[in-house]
Amino acid sequence: MKTQRQVTYAVCAAVLLIAPAFLNSYWVDVLNNVGIYAILSLSLNIILGHAGLFHMGHAAFYALGAYTTAILNTTSGLPVIWLLPLSGLVAGLAALVVARPIIHLRGDYLLIVTIGFVEIVRIALINNIFGITGGANGIFGIDRPEILGMKIRTPLGFFYFIWGFAALTIFLFDRLEKSRFGRALNYLREDEVAAQGSGIDTAHYKLVAFVIGAVWAGMVGNIFAAKMTIIAPESFNFWESVVLFMIVLLGGRGSIPGVILGAFLVLGLPELFRQFATARMLVFGAVMVAMMIFRTEGILPPPPRKYPLSRPTAPGDRA
Amino acid sequence: MSTLLSLRHLTKRFGGLVAVDDVSFDVAGGSIVGLIGPNGAGKTTVFNLITGNYRADAGDVIFENRSIRKLPTHQIVSLGIARTFQTIRLFLKLSVIENVLAGCHCRMRSGSLAAMFRTPAQRREEREALQIALAELDFVGLTPHAEQLAENLSYGNQRLLEVARALATRPRFIILDEPAGGMNDQETDNLIRTIQSVRDRGITVLLIEHDMSLVMKACEHLVVLENGAKIAEGPPRQIKSDPKVIEAYLGPEEDA
Ligand SMILES: Nc1ncnc2c1ncn2[C@@H]1O[C@H](COP(=O)(O)OP(=O)(O)O)[C@@H](O)[C@H]1O
Ligand SMILES: [Mg+2]
Repeated sequence: MKTQRQVTYAVCAAVLLIAPAFLNSYWVDVLNNVGIYAILSLSLNIILGHAGLFHMGHAAFYALGAYTTAILNTTSGLPVIWLLPLSGLVAGLAALVVARPIIHLRGDYLLIVTIGFVEIVRIALINNIFGITGGANGIFGIDRPEILGMKIRTPLGFFYFIWGFAALTIFLFDRLEKSRFGRALNYLREDEVAAQGSGIDTAHYKLVAFVIGAVWAGMVGNIFAAKMTIIAPESFNFWESVVLFMIVLLGGRGSIPGVILGAFLVLGLPELFRQFATARMLVFGAVMVAMMIFRTEGILPPPPRKYPLSRPTAPGDRA
Repeated sequence: MSTLLSLRHLTKRFGGLVAVDDVSFDVAGGSIVGLIGPNGAGKTTVFNLITGNYRADAGDVIFENRSIRKLPTHQIVSLGIARTFQTIRLFLKLSVIENVLAGCHCRMRSGSLAAMFRTPAQRREEREALQIALAELDFVGLTPHAEQLAENLSYGNQRLLEVARALATRPRFIILDEPAGGMNDQETDNLIRTIQSVRDRGITVLLIEHDMSLVMKACEHLVVLENGAKIAEGPPRQIKSDPKVIEAYLGPEEDA
């Protein structure tokens, strides 16, 4: 079982690794966008998929990361790659401040508040808050990242950068899922009262889920800013949050492979069917509706976690 | 025997209804105590006051000589009070073993960073938690079901799983809300034996039960509630013949 999954991962990684050799730079860029959305959705998956918190404002953390990078790079010339962790940190701190008062809200209430949050951030950016965000035009002239003396400029360069970061994210988040932390999120999603009654500080775990998700979204914001070299508020609107939300629900809440597949479907398929410009959104909508009715768990729901169940010791041993 | 838990003038109102009315009693360490009374008497509310699910309007809850009245539920659990729910509250979509691991949570330390870096301490802790969870499953006799989803267990087994999850928190005191609810006679007999072995492990038991035969067999001490107030307290034999109790509670049952 375990090896079968590892083989699947390895095959997918290998296919992805050699894919650029057969694709022109347009399609490599499509894969880059899929990668960016895959990482963003994986970070949302911690909040929405694992902890079950209806957070529809994830684009706000993404925006905070992108603008942190853009502002600091263009004003002080700090290297973009140094700003990667810093952007994550800023988004994480924002999550800490924003999430604390709203963390106790349930389901649809949280949904509405987080939608409000992403709109506030977007409007603040448009209004050139503190005179540093460049208003509706955004910020241009952001530097490219430089790793080990190599500057990343081409779509191919970004392809390896983005998917390398995606691989790291998958590796770390997979470990996170299979831990005390990951289980705590699932317990509170399944039944918050039972989780508390089992000794779990649910408010704390919700907050940490938000912070980790935001840190990652902030770091992806950095990558996005460096890739585009120009950013504007419209890249981080409410619709972006909806797309991320959709990817997680469609792919499978709490499932890393599901979320990645979701990112490929939601971003890749419209590109494949570009000639059917208007019909594709219709088909897309129909698929989403069908999913919600017939496969509510998503396309690839997470398989049950496996534990090495060996011989038990007597309960008295540890009294 | 020393007092483990002490309720002092506990009162809880819901709007105009006094669900718990100035209730005081002690639970001696190492005993099995039953909390009985007709439906709606306020038994579950007393439990929710002990575990911090509800906040008392007046009175205090003293556990091991300290007031726990203002503590959040998860802290009360780490202090050593575990519970089960009258309406079973399992993590239905998770496996049986994962349900028990939930109880281990409060005795573990490692956080998200330790998990990402998979530190030696984190791995050791995970192994130990799994051993404890398996041991508790074995204790309630659910080992063969370890990998099933909790929702696929029979009603009686779901109740046992809740007990295992509660025991995995390594409590000093466990409170069981109608643990035999929905069980057949044989399951109930097994449950009584399980409850007695819980006590033999040094864990004090407070249970709510409707099944009088269970209460009479298992408990050393009974507290009777009616309309939120305590109307009697004592050993089962004495309670059985208490006229107030017969009128309030046993009477209608014997007529039926
Ligand atoms: N959360 C609540 N809100 C309002 N009334 C409640 C609540 N919980 C319990 N009650 C009321 O308090 C009384 C005692 O309930 P409960 O403690 O569940 O009784 P028991 O467990 O003895 O059957 C009942 O009348 C019940 O309707
Ligand atoms: Mg009750």
